[in-house]
Formats: sequence, C-alpha cells, structure tokens
Amino acid sequence: MIIYGVALLGVCLLVGVFLGELLGQIIGVKANVGGVGISMLLLIFLSHWRPIKEKLADGAASGVLFWNAMYIPIVVAMAAKQNVVGALSGGWLAILAGVAAVVLSFALVPILSKASDDPRSLSDEG
Amino acid sequence: MTETLIAVLSKNALITAFAVVGIIIWLSYWLSDRISAGRIHGSAIAITVGLVLAYFGGVQTGGSKGIADIQWLSGIGLMGGGMLRDFAIVATAYGVDLKELKRAGGRGAISIVLGVLISFTAGAALAVAFGYRDAISITTIGAGAATYIVGPVTGSAIGATSDIIALSVAAGLVKSILVMTCTPLVARLIGLNNPSSALVFGGLMGTTSGVAAGLAATDPKLVPYGAMTATFYTGVGCLLAPSILYLLVRAIVE
Repeated sequence: MIIYGVALLGVCLLVGVFLGELLGQIIGVKANVGGVGISMLLLIFLSHWRPIKEKLADGAASGVLFWNAMYIPIVVAMAAKQNVVGALSGGWLAILAGVAAVVLSFALVPILSKASDDPRSLSDEG
Repeated sequence: MTETLIAVLSKNALITAFAVVGIIIWLSYWLSDRISAGRIHGSAIAITVGLVLAYFGGVQTGGSKGIADIQWLSGIGLMGGGMLRDFAIVATAYGVDLKELKRAGGRGAISIVLGVLISFTAGAALAVAFGYRDAISITTIGAGAATYIVGPVTGSAIGATSDIIALSVAAGLVKSILVMTCTPLVARLIGLNNPSSALVFGGLMGTTSGVAAGLAATDPKLVPYGAMTATFYTGVGCLLAPSILYLLVRAIVE
C-alpha cells in the first residue's frame, strides 16, 4: 500500500527533525542540527530492515518514489518563493560577501574531494 | 468572472501551485530542448525562471516570499516551504548507496567545518573592507555569508543591530541563489560528478536550498549526498559563529 511508504517517510522526517532539535538544545544552539540528514539515514537503514523491506517491495515504495520524483518541482516552487529582492537590496557588501563565499567554497570542492578520488566512484556507472 | 477565478485559485492554493509549477517545468524543458538543444538542463532553467518570478513577485508586493506573496499564488509558499522541501529531500535518500556514504563520511564532516570557516572568513573580510570595525557587526555579516539562518541567529545572540542582521540575511540569500544557479555551470570544472564530491560539496556550501536546487539542476542522483551534509552546516555554523569565531574576531579587532 502506497500510504505505508508515505508514512514511513513521514515518520523518518519527524523522528529525524525531533532528534535534530534535541541535538541543537544539547549543544546549546538555536538551530536544528542535521535533522534532515538524520531522517535520511533513518530511511536508508529502515528500508533495509526486513519487515519494512517486504512492505516496500509490495507496493509501498511508490509512496516514497512519488515524493522523490516531486523533489525537483518542489525545488522550483522553493526558488519562486525566495526573497530575491531582499538579497539584492542588501547592496554591494551583501552581494560581494555572497559571491566570495560561493567562489571560495566552489574552489575547495576539488581540493577536498581529491583525496577521495577512487576508480570505484559512481560516475563510471553513469 | 476574474474575481471568481482568483477566488477558486486562492481557495485551492496548493493545487494551483501544482498546476503553475507544472507549467513552468513544461515550458523550461521545452526551452531546454529547443533553444539550448539540451545543453542547459531543463530543471536549471525552471529554477532560474522560479527565481525571476520571485523577483517580480517581490517587486510587485513588497513582501519577502517572492511570488508566493501574490494571493492566488500563495500555494507556492506551501509547496516550496521547508516542510515539503525536507520531506522530498528525505525521499531522495531512498536507494542511496550506504558504502559511498561511509567512504566519504569523514571528508564530508571536515567539509562542513571548513565550509563554515571559509564562508565566515570571506564575509567578515568584506565587512572589514567596507569599513566595519566592531566585532559584533563583522561577526554577524561573516555568519550571514555562511547561511541566512546562521547570520540572524548569531546576530541576535551577540547583540547586533537590526540593519546588520538584515544585511547578514541578504548575504546568505545571495549565496543561496548563486549556488542554485551556478552549480550546474561549474559542476564539471570542480569535479562534481560522483557521490563523494557531492558530499563534500554539500558540506562546503551548506545552504540547504542552494545545494538542493544546485544539485537538482546538475544531476538529481547526487542530491541525497549533498543534502545529507548540508543539513548539518547551519547547526555547526550556529555553534561556531557566536562563540569561537566571535571571540576570535573580537581578539583581532579590539
């Protein structure tokens, strides 16, 4: 049943975000620490657990895959609700600070992932 | 008649959003095929169209939620809001290769801390270049260059003025929008084509929306890896910026 997949997704998100909030409180920051990341790990682990794996194979996976496929449309909606005017109204300092942060971070990607260059990388699989 | 139409659209806001986003994506993929011969990915065009619409929405309404501030398009706000975004991001983790995660996990963690430091330093340095001399303003603007959440959280923790906090939010928004639009353009240059580099990328960039959209427009298969590390970034930023980084800046400038 599709709802099992959707519910699994929902439970993973709620538990993960809850743990992320707790983690934030424990280390004393006013932010959710990795809630979505924890949710993702939960989903990965749970989907390999036999009773859930069977349900997923039995049609529940469609409930997860639907939301997986809705990801890009949701991101487009997210782009359409950004405060673009606010970003530009910050003036040159805001724009340059954003540009500098992005350029430097982009530049570090190959340096940091170099160490992980490995012939087994997924790119070979397409 | 228009009134009735707008009433129907507003009343069914989320459904309206599905229809509107569907049309945007259809148009974008058509443009991608016909105009760019597939060179620019359809989703990259769709995200850019979304940002352009957000700009006009903001200009027209004076609000802060882009096109979602137009009443009959308010469903865009729900569809593109944090709740459904996170739900869909978690869904992308389905089918993720656990071995890849484990292999690059350590490097991903390093990239988060390094990413916060790099963006913070860039923002703080520019704040100094623009004439700010007090540790609170410099730290808040640096934190904003990390993400638009780290900025205000840090600013209110150390007592920044509201115009500085607004500036830090703007810096974070610029970063997020740039990551959304530029990632597909530089992906090849920075070797962003495998799970390991996506993990590092998410940790270095940190803006969840930017990473989510940037990777979607580059290669949707990479999304879960980048999103995984990116969701820890804001928390780490909120931990480091108002504490160690603030003390460091204060020690340097005062």
